[in-house]
Amino acid sequence: MAQEMTKKVSSAGSSNKVAAFLKENMGIIAALLVLCVFLSVFPATSGSFLTSKNIFNVLRQISTNMLLACGMTMVIILGGIDLSVGSIIALSGVIAAGCVSRYELPIVAALIVGVLIGLVIGVFNGFVISTTTIPPFIVTLATMNIARGLAKVYTGGSPVRVVTKEWQFIGAGYVGFVPVPVIIMIIVLIITALIMNKTKMGRHIYAVGGNAQAAVFSGIKVSRVKFFVHAFSGVMAGLAGIILASRMYSGQPTAGEGAEMDAIAAVVVGGTSMAGGSGKIGGTIIGALIIGILNNGLNLLNVNSFWQDVVKGVVILLAVFIDYVKNSKSKA
Amino acid sequence: MLKMEHIHKRFPGVYALNDVSYELRAGEVHALLGENGAGKSTLIKVLGGIYTADEGEIYIDGNKVAINGVKDAQNNGIAIIHQELVLVPYMTVAENIFLGREHGGGMFVNHKKMTEDAQALLDAHEMNIKADMLIKDLTIAQQQMVEIVKAISYNSKILVMDEPTSSISDKEVAFLFKTMRGLTAKGVGIVYISHKMSELEEICDRVTIMRDGQYVGTKVVKETNKDDLIAMMVGRELTNYYTRDYLEPGEVVLKCEHISDGKMAKDVSFEVHKGEIVGFAGLVGAGRSEAMKCVFGLTKGSTGDVYVKGQKVQINNPVEAMKNGIALVPEDRKLEGLYRVQSVKFNSTIEILDQFIHGVSVDDRKETEITQNYIDMMATKTPAQEQVIGNLSGGNQQKVMISRWLATNPDILILDEPTRGVDVGAKSEIYAIMNELVKKGMSIIMISSELPEIINMSDRVYVMAEGVVAGCLDYTEVTQESIMQLAAN
Repeated sequence: MAQEMTKKVSSAGSSNKVAAFLKENMGIIAALLVLCVFLSVFPATSGSFLTSKNIFNVLRQISTNMLLACGMTMVIILGGIDLSVGSIIALSGVIAAGCVSRYELPIVAALIVGVLIGLVIGVFNGFVISTTTIPPFIVTLATMNIARGLAKVYTGGSPVRVVTKEWQFIGAGYVGFVPVPVIIMIIVLIITALIMNKTKMGRHIYAVGGNAQAAVFSGIKVSRVKFFVHAFSGVMAGLAGIILASRMYSGQPTAGEGAEMDAIAAVVVGGTSMAGGSGKIGGTIIGALIIGILNNGLNLLNVNSFWQDVVKGVVILLAVFIDYVKNSKSKA
Repeated sequence: MLKMEHIHKRFPGVYALNDVSYELRAGEVHALLGENGAGKSTLIKVLGGIYTADEGEIYIDGNKVAINGVKDAQNNGIAIIHQELVLVPYMTVAENIFLGREHGGGMFVNHKKMTEDAQALLDAHEMNIKADMLIKDLTIAQQQMVEIVKAISYNSKILVMDEPTSSISDKEVAFLFKTMRGLTAKGVGIVYISHKMSELEEICDRVTIMRDGQYVGTKVVKETNKDDLIAMMVGRELTNYYTRDYLEPGEVVLKCEHISDGKMAKDVSFEVHKGEIVGFAGLVGAGRSEAMKCVFGLTKGSTGDVYVKGQKVQINNPVEAMKNGIALVPEDRKLEGLYRVQSVKFNSTIEILDQFIHGVSVDDRKETEITQNYIDMMATKTPAQEQVIGNLSGGNQQKVMISRWLATNPDILILDEPTRGVDVGAKSEIYAIMNELVKKGMSIIMISSELPEIINMSDRVYVMAEGVVAGCLDYTEVTQESIMQLAAN
């Protein structure tokens, strides 16, 4: 009897999971669909929204936020926050650009240096957070300022231009008809989803975020998990930094200002709780898509960029509110 | 003085209170007894104004009252002391007592007068607490006293205490009971919620039993006995509450010598045989849990020698402990065990990820199978493996905790307070499972503050006092008195 039940449960396992995911995220999936349908049929945007050129444009625009959000999802599930990612974008961008224009390094080497900058700051965050009890908010607030400051010091405040054409490949190039950043984004998403759902590290992240003290009793090396997650977030930011620098022909010390907040917004709209311990990368993908498509739609509608911020804020609040209503209902 | 009649409360999908009546006289301690989920907390929340009853009447001193909010309850002289204390840690005792009604006119608070008034109240009840101390520097028991004083300062006539003794020592319990008697002598009525039978006899006059949201009956404590009460709570006769077959123990599987963490556990030596349940008794703070944490590799800088099956082993962390066949189910489920927002499945298999996660692939079928095996074995009641564990009852949560560490296939299972916050039915089931496990050759170390459980389940009992083993008793010679004599030392 019990065995029979087990069989039934496991054979239905994978389709169950998809169904459960859809049910869990019904609100934001619906929001995403409504948004897309609206933009496809509304006269002012129907001509321009649903073209392959625009779709790829949107995907390219959200790619850097998606990278940050992948790292941020892990960090937030861990119960922390990473404020430094926006500044890492600037620092890795200017140094990678500097490697090419000032030191004449090969482009590949410069890009690797850019990612390594992200890794170094992430590792530093991870080291401090895992060995002390200083809250991640404070630690990454400090590194946010340090990284931004260093980027300004290094450039003297003005952009570091790169004129070589090959430099643009990673940010503005195409493979076939698909933009390179979109390809990078998809690869990163697959890697993140695999880590979160299919590895021991993924389970450990949920465990530490859910109850760090219990994780100690479970024999989980808590500091190693924290270290890994922050290093990962740093690498994501480094990657986003070089993509952005490539697209803009230059490393800019002001690049990525406020980018950490967009990433947090994507994660939160995607249903991940700031309390840690729960959340799904699938939700984050939808969250980033909503924010990206919203931006695009508002642009197509010629909405003033100041008002765009207001709309974005309202959407974030709405998404979290729906979540709140749903949760308080299921608890009663 | 208080009468609740025909109270009904429905939640979506749950009939939480179905025609419950309760009556409290001035100067009595009236216990509310029932398993987890019986509706005790819901009833208390109705009384405290947190929930509003769908039907039913509440009378105070013969007058019908409507309680639609916490303020209404306070105005009617009802004060509730919750299981989880709700004091502000970084404020003084006085500030907490007068929170929301600070002394002094206008914007400014007259700290001096407030502190004096608070001190007068504390002294009136012979509490050895200074009004200008910060809450965070007090012990749990002292904080409870502050809550009581705070309640009295509202001129409360009806005091509700929700499991007040769950986290304080015996000595502190005695003081608490003394304070309670002082209050009842002044005409205060106390609603007392507890799982502990022995306390009922000591402090309560009458007891009302609830089950599944329904009123079962009210008894005078002196005219009833434990077995009757349990039968009323569970709804059936628990013929053998404790299951235990004593067998001839095998060879020594674990020997610990001079275990110390330098603080609470000073010098602890003991041995455990194959197929044995070894009880660890003692007062709160005797160093029992601390010693076991050392054995399990949780304490950095602990000293002492551990021998597993005759071999000396070095255990620096829980992973090494589990490799050596030792598992520990922690004392505080909420704090040290549960991943509350995660599923039953996640919680069951977190220790044994190696068995079904290889690189980047999860063998779902195997994980489900393992989880189901333990759900069946422990008779855990859960609607699905994917159920969030925080939604299960305490007893079922504890069963999942035990399965989690059983899954590591240990030779020696350390259970720290295995039945704390677990209802009677599930308790009995856990005892039966422990009996099965030792029959199969496992050895169990059970730390427990419930003497009946220690006495009825253990082959041998180590009694600890002030960080050292004060003595060891065989099951034939163990009694409450013999344990307490050693424990009090």
